[in-house]
Amino acid sequence: MASRAVALSRGSAAAWLAGLAVAALTLGPVAAVLVRAGGWGDLGPGDWQALRFTLLQALASAGASVALAVPVARALARRRFRGRGALVALMGAPFILPVIVAVLGLIAVFGQNGLANAALRALGLPEMTIYGIHGVILAHVFFNLPLAVRLLLQGWLAIPAERFRLTASLGLSPWAMFRVLEAPMLLRIAPGAFAVIFVICLSSFAVALTLGGGPRATTVELAIYQAVRFDFDLGRAALLSVIQLALALTAGLVALRLGAGSGFGAGLDRVARRWDGRGRLARLADGLWIVLAAGFLLTPLAMVALRGLPGLTAMGPGTWEAALNSVTVALISTALCIAWALPLATRGGELVGLAGIALSPLVLGTGLFLIVRPYANPFALALPVTMVVNALVALPFALRILRPEAEAVRADYGRLALALGLTRMAWLRLVFLPRLRRPLGFAAGLTAALSMGDLGVIALFADPDRATLPLQVYRLMGSYQMQAAAGAALLLLLLSFGAFWIFDRGGRVNADA
Amino acid sequence: MLTVYAGDYVVSEWGPARDRGDVEASAAATAVSPRLLPRILLEGERTEADVVFGLNTDVTKQARESGLFAPHNVDLSPLTLPIDWSDDVFLPYNYGHTAFIYNTERLAEPPESFDALLEAPDDLKIVIQDPRSSISGLATVLWVQSVYGDGAEAAWEKLAPKILTVTKGWSESYGLFTDGEADMVMSYTTSPAYHIIAEEDRTKKAAIFPEGHYFMVELAAKVASTDQPELADQFLAFTLSEPFQEMIATGNWSFPAALPREQWPEGFKELALPEEVLFYSEDEAAALRDEAVEAWRRALSR
Repeated sequence: MASRAVALSRGSAAAWLAGLAVAALTLGPVAAVLVRAGGWGDLGPGDWQALRFTLLQALASAGASVALAVPVARALARRRFRGRGALVALMGAPFILPVIVAVLGLIAVFGQNGLANAALRALGLPEMTIYGIHGVILAHVFFNLPLAVRLLLQGWLAIPAERFRLTASLGLSPWAMFRVLEAPMLLRIAPGAFAVIFVICLSSFAVALTLGGGPRATTVELAIYQAVRFDFDLGRAALLSVIQLALALTAGLVALRLGAGSGFGAGLDRVARRWDGRGRLARLADGLWIVLAAGFLLTPLAMVALRGLPGLTAMGPGTWEAALNSVTVALISTALCIAWALPLATRGGELVGLAGIALSPLVLGTGLFLIVRPYANPFALALPVTMVVNALVALPFALRILRPEAEAVRADYGRLALALGLTRMAWLRLVFLPRLRRPLGFAAGLTAALSMGDLGVIALFADPDRATLPLQVYRLMGSYQMQAAAGAALLLLLLSFGAFWIFDRGGRVNADA
Repeated sequence: MLTVYAGDYVVSEWGPARDRGDVEASAAATAVSPRLLPRILLEGERTEADVVFGLNTDVTKQARESGLFAPHNVDLSPLTLPIDWSDDVFLPYNYGHTAFIYNTERLAEPPESFDALLEAPDDLKIVIQDPRSSISGLATVLWVQSVYGDGAEAAWEKLAPKILTVTKGWSESYGLFTDGEADMVMSYTTSPAYHIIAEEDRTKKAAIFPEGHYFMVELAAKVASTDQPELADQFLAFTLSEPFQEMIATGNWSFPAALPREQWPEGFKELALPEEVLFYSEDEAAALRDEAVEAWRRALSR
């Protein structure tokens, strides 16, 4: 009994196994690259500038994403309107778009020739330019605001309805209610959201370059690419990727420390009704935030869809085959990722999990290639490797979504389970998984969508007969078929979003949110 | 069975030739072309590749020095390149030149020379590729280097305010251009052929500069450790044969390396060709590369 209780709260053989698998899959490739290189390389003069720019843009991007997410998530948490569920789901879509597609969508809105400038011209106002560090941050906010909003919204929804009743019956002012209920929740959730977005932005490459406007916007990831691609200097690539990894883990540690603190305790799962924010000003402000966020996130998506429609018929059979491959990969990656994430949904586990997105995709791919090559033909392993890597890369997001709820469930029901003498299986089946249903659905949806859209690692393994959809988009673009590429990108958007919708919906059955 | 590692886009195109029985080999495999050489270097002598298809001149020196490639034994006399080519290891199969592409409906009077481009008003916007992540980006930097020599950095400084942005690869740049984001895009003299042949669109043109255009060529080579040397030789000889050369122009949107202009596909015969073709040998390019990229970086970082 006692040992089982320990197992529930403090990690088990499964947790150790899952953690070791992450470590092996991230440190292993770095070690393989290092061994092959015969030691660390040297940093070049441009590398320090790249490091500074990388840090600066990642801090600004993560800060802006989380700061803007607070009012948006709050507005969504306390307003009920028709289509709210659909809006919340749709607003998540930018996060799952392939980078190049999203950038072209953003440029269709904010570029020289975009909607925003057309409107400014019509009003006789000076034109804006998206190219520069502000464009990089804008794009990163576009990608990551949806994630931040969803993470915070989940925090709001996890406050038991009874707490809101209590504050209402105590007659607390909105400000007092914010202080006793909402601020503590934000302090618990926001640092983790900041950290995970910071880490994503650390390895930004194509976005930073395309919208940054030139070499001033050089990131560490570009330096790594250059080291592998041009100089074949694997030692330097390894060194840069370890620096990147260390930065990410530092951010993770800081976030863990800041985000400590306990949840709100158990409730009866009533639908939370809110008695605050009924004033006209509050309603107006909430409405404004929702409209602004929806406009910012959905207009570029609409442009992607518009650009893609004429191309849907021009894609050719290769694209449909690639789509089928992508769906298969996404489903298996999702199962793998969730099975991986459940035992790791603890503080330490979340830190370990960050390594998956912190490691340069290029170094990860090169290292895996070096490890696999002596034993098997990488082409034969293209899809299995893609599945594992997708699961690894999605793991930090799944953990960020699952961990706060998983800990709360353990804290709130662990003693009860102990008193009842539940077996491990019964605990999972009767308590843990049902109570995690909502975050599990969200995490699975996100993983499926990310796995559909991800390309990063597999280029070295790429097999012409088993291309995935993102690879197909790049191929079509590379052979001048921009319209067909736009069509394939729209198909990718629809599939990613469809997968996300189905899983996320599954997690929200019976929930009025 | 012959294993060919090839640039991505090529593979789908030689399917028809294979079906016609022109190659008695089954070609397998690909890699996205910028990673072709790193992949071979990673594999070393254990590679399964017999032939590599899709190398560029920026990596031939490194590839040659790796000792992983063997002479091709192909007669070079059918070559129709604008420069002399006598390399016994790397065999060209198609080529092009760096060029800025513009849309005649948007830019009625493009700059008539490189100098004129540098002096053009700053609201003429161009997109280029990063020389640190893209082959065409590196060719651009070498182009400016070969036109302006010691003045390359000053030339980049003049160009800097006109550069709307720099992208990771060619596809992103070209996508921005076709979306109407920029007036000109750094691409190839052969790019208009795609629009003429596939879209019957004659509004995309290459601006031809009297200072000359940098030569870009794609190459195949035989892997030294091949266990199919005869098949590999046959394959390489086939790449210079007429059936392959007639196919490669529209397959890869490039000029065939061994086909007289009269036999080019119709759309290609219309293309404007530069009078002056610039090219650095691999040793010259290797010696200049770092400084040329650094000059680019300094000028654009100000």
